[in-house]
Parts: sequence; structure tokens; C-alpha cells
Amino acid sequence: MMLPTAVFLLINNYLPIAGLIIAFKNVNYVDGVFGSPWNGLNNFKFLFATRDAWIITRNTLLYNAVFIASNIVIAVIFALMLNELRSRWLPKFYQASMFFPFFLSMVVVSYLVFAFLSKSNGFVNNSILPLFGLEPISWYQEPKYWPFILPFINIWKNAGYYTVFFVASMLTISQEYYEAAVIDGASKWQQAIRITLPKLMPLITVLTLLQIGRIFYADFGLFYQVPLNSGAIYSTTNVIDTYVYRALLTLGDFGMSSAAAFYQSVVGFLLVFLSNYIVRRIDRENALF
Amino acid sequence: MGKLLKRKRGLNSVHPVTGALFHAFFIFYTVLCIVPILLVVSVSFSDELTVISNGYKFIPEKFSTYAYEFLFKDATQIIRSYAITIFVTVTGTLCGVTMMALYAYPLSRSDLPFRGPLAFYVFFTMLFNGGLVSFYLVYVRFLGLKDSLLALIIPLLVAPFFILVMRTFFKNIPSELIEAAKIDGAGEFRIAGTIIFPLSVPILATVSLFTALSYWNDWFLSLLFITDDKKVSLQYLMYKTMLNIQYLTSNTKAAQGIAQGGSPVELPSETIRMAMCIVGIGPMVLAYPFFQRYFVKGLLIGAIKG
Repeated sequence: MMLPTAVFLLINNYLPIAGLIIAFKNVNYVDGVFGSPWNGLNNFKFLFATRDAWIITRNTLLYNAVFIASNIVIAVIFALMLNELRSRWLPKFYQASMFFPFFLSMVVVSYLVFAFLSKSNGFVNNSILPLFGLEPISWYQEPKYWPFILPFINIWKNAGYYTVFFVASMLTISQEYYEAAVIDGASKWQQAIRITLPKLMPLITVLTLLQIGRIFYADFGLFYQVPLNSGAIYSTTNVIDTYVYRALLTLGDFGMSSAAAFYQSVVGFLLVFLSNYIVRRIDRENALF
Repeated sequence: MGKLLKRKRGLNSVHPVTGALFHAFFIFYTVLCIVPILLVVSVSFSDELTVISNGYKFIPEKFSTYAYEFLFKDATQIIRSYAITIFVTVTGTLCGVTMMALYAYPLSRSDLPFRGPLAFYVFFTMLFNGGLVSFYLVYVRFLGLKDSLLALIIPLLVAPFFILVMRTFFKNIPSELIEAAKIDGAGEFRIAGTIIFPLSVPILATVSLFTALSYWNDWFLSLLFITDDKKVSLQYLMYKTMLNIQYLTSNTKAAQGIAQGGSPVELPSETIRMAMCIVGIGPMVLAYPFFQRYFVKGLLIGAIKG
């Protein structure tokens, strides 16, 4: 019964792991992967000699850290707020519309962003900036705005998704806690901090842990599509994934791209173990394994 | 006692002003989520010249359906991509969900030999992979699937995360049912088919929805593996069109004809782009109100049980 999936995983996931050796080789088409000569750590030397290695690592880590923190914090706040609304169906409507952006592909999102940020015709340059008497900005050419644009879009797209998790979790908290708190004279704020938040901690921990394990992997769609592949802003929009992709398919540089991929896989893997270990030290039960 | 509880509920709600503020905030956020699409819709129905001179507006300054006329004049590429995407989504979802369920179910049975290692085999892939280069080479060199529809289907068939979710669900099915069936002489496949899966419709539906969504929204696989224009997925087509309108017209003569035919605009690129976007996601936006309920419900199941 399990055979098809087992075979699939073998080919799709395990076989490529063997390909990691490309990082240590100087691959050419004639000899193929296994016939090509080894070149030791040269690919890695080339990779880390470039400024790019530092930039993409910094970008990947910083963006992901911001994404993780903002997604969870905002989703929890949203869930708390939703929980306090007294109407029956309005929260459901809000949730439905918050969830909508998750549904869209990054290609669509890139169109939406373009509609706002296009230099000549975008809504921002034509309708919003003039209101403040500001000159149009060449959004897709200026690196400095993107550290704000990208997190904003990430939140816009994912907040609704994470909010659902927390709303569901909050539904399982017994009302008795709150009733007892009210009797003891607790304010809403105190209830939120002392009851709801601790009860949400397992879920928050699991989600954060899972995401930290993937902190070296960026959302390729977000970083490739939304900036419309504009080279001028690579310094703030290039992440490890986009770098690997561009090196592989645009430059045909197997060595560098596989060195970067190797770097990503191994470090990512170590980070999962590390974050799990840290969580285990703090609160044994909440760890993944 | 009932009256007391009712009053307590009233006591424990937020101050009305705060409640109103929350509502205001959510209304604002709701608008934020929906408004971008409206902007695109509006531009797609605008006259190209006004858009170029005055920029995108939420309400077309000069209404025009030219962009859509242009698109539908030579809609072959759009229709092809729709067909490809629909085919890939349907087959991929059916095969994928079946495969995942077939793996998750035995995993949930405590009497499965090598249960631990088999579970590890799946979940390890969530933590570690061979990277983009190896992935690409396996599919192109080893399997020879460049430019093949299979390359659009296979990679997304199995998501270990959903196997985990399904396994949790299957575990919650009382083992008495399985034992009773075994006593009655049912084989493993029979048990799975007639008992487990009918009971699992909610989770299978949820996983199907998410899998279908990932197939429908995929553009990356087309980007990686497809060079034949006839086989690209819908989202990829939209992506290409964003950068290059010419990509859309497989019939360049038609494009030239339009330009030469005396129309004041050569190629209404801005409005066409936005119209393309709407054509690409139109069905989804319409289907969303129906499906979102199931998405949310499914996530709720996953969150509570997982």
C-alpha cells in the first residue's frame, strides 16, 4: 500500500540528496555528474569569495526572522481581537476576507503590487504621492524600499492563514479559566496575557520552531516574482533560493549554485536540530522531537 | 443560575468603544485585502491612453473593453494554458491525495512493522533536501522529463506535511472498527476502502483542496522544466505576460495587423496586462466564497487535532 509514495519520495527527495556531491565537483556535460573531476572546496571558495554570499545570507536570514516574528505576533493579535467581537457572523466574514490573499499565487500578487508601484502608471505614484506633494518614485529601481515592501506583502498574504490556527486553538481553551479570572477581578488585558497566551504557547512554539528550521529557505515566489526580477534591487531582494536559481538557469553555473544549495540544506538542517534543542531546554514538552 | 451566567458574559466583554475600534480595524483590513484586485479590475476595463497619461485609478476614467477584446481575439494560448492547468490540477490532486492517504493510513496503525523508520523516512524530507540543482538534474537528466507534463504533476504529488495530518486523523478512528472488520475476514485494502476512507472524507477533502490549490497556483515547475510554449501552466503564462506582452500572441501577424490597422494604440500593454491578470484568476475569485469555508474548516481540524 505504501509503495507508490515510498518510491516517489525516493526519487523526488532522496535521490537529489546524492546530487549534493555536485557542490564538490567541477561538473561538465561530457562526463556527467559522476564522471566529472572533483575540485574539492573550490566551488565553495568561489561562492564565499563573492560579496554575494554575504548579501544573500543576510537577506535570507533577516527577512525570514522578520517574517516569522511578524506573522506570529500579528496572527495572535488578530486572533485575540477576533475572539472579542460580539457579533456571530462578522468575525467569520473578516476571517474569510483575511484568508483571501493566501489563496492567490505570487504571480497574481506581483501584478497587484505592480498596479500600485509601477513607475509610470502605478496608483501610488499617480494618486497617493501627489497628495503629499512628493515626486514619483522608481520603486523597482530603489533597493532601500524593499525591506519594507516585502514584509508587508508577506504579512498581507499569510496573516489570515496563521490567524485561523490561533483562532482554532483559542476555541479549545475552557471558558472556566476566564470565568474564574473575572471573579478574581482580572481585566481583559490580564486575561489575555495570563490565560490565553500561555495556552497558545505550545502552538506558537511548534510554528516558530518549524519556521526557524526553514529560516534558510526563502519563499521563492515572493522574492522572484514580486520584484519582477529587477536587477537594480538585487542587493535587498536576492536570497539564497533566487541566487541558486539564477546561477543555475541563467548563468549555467552548476558549481556555484550547487555549493549554495548545499550550504542551504546543511545549515537549515542543523538549525532545526539547534532550535529543537533550545526549546527542549526551556520547556521539554513543546519540543518537536 | 442561567441569569447569572448571562450577566457574566456581558461583564466579560470588552468596552464597547474597544469593540467598535476592533470592528473598524477589521473593516479596514478587509478592504486592504480586497482592494488591490478591484484596482486591477478597474484598469483592465479602462482606455489605454487615459491610463498612460493619468495612471491607474480605482474607477476607470474612460471605460473600455478593448483589452479583453484583444485577449479574446487570439485566445488560443490562454485556453491552452487553462486546459493544461486544469488537467494537471485534477490528475495531480487525485493521484497525490490517494498516494498520501495510502501511505498515511498504514502509518497510523500500531501493528505496522517498521513503523518508526517508515515515519522517519517521510518526515526527514521535511528537514533536509538535496537542493535545487540536484532536483533539477534528477528530473531532467535522470528521468528525462524536460518539457513533459509529468514534470508539472509529479513534484507536487506528495507533501509530507499532509501525510502527517492524515496520519493523526486516521489514528483517531477507533481500532475496534478495524478489528471487527478483520474478524469478519476483510483484507487490508478492503478495510481501507470501505471503512477508513469513507470516514475520512473531511480530511481527504481538506488535503485535496490544498493540493489542488498548490497545483493551480504553480508557476515554478513551468519555469524550471517547460520550454515548449504550448505546455505552460496558467500562472506561468500570466508571469510571462507581465514582462512581455508579445509572449501572449502566438500569432504575431495579428499583433502587427492590429498595430497597422489604424488603431491609435499599438499594443495596449498596460490594460492588457491587467486584463490578463483578471482572466487568469477570474474563476478562482468566483469560486473562493464557496471554497474558503472548507479551507478554513480543514485548517481548524488540522489545528485542533494536530
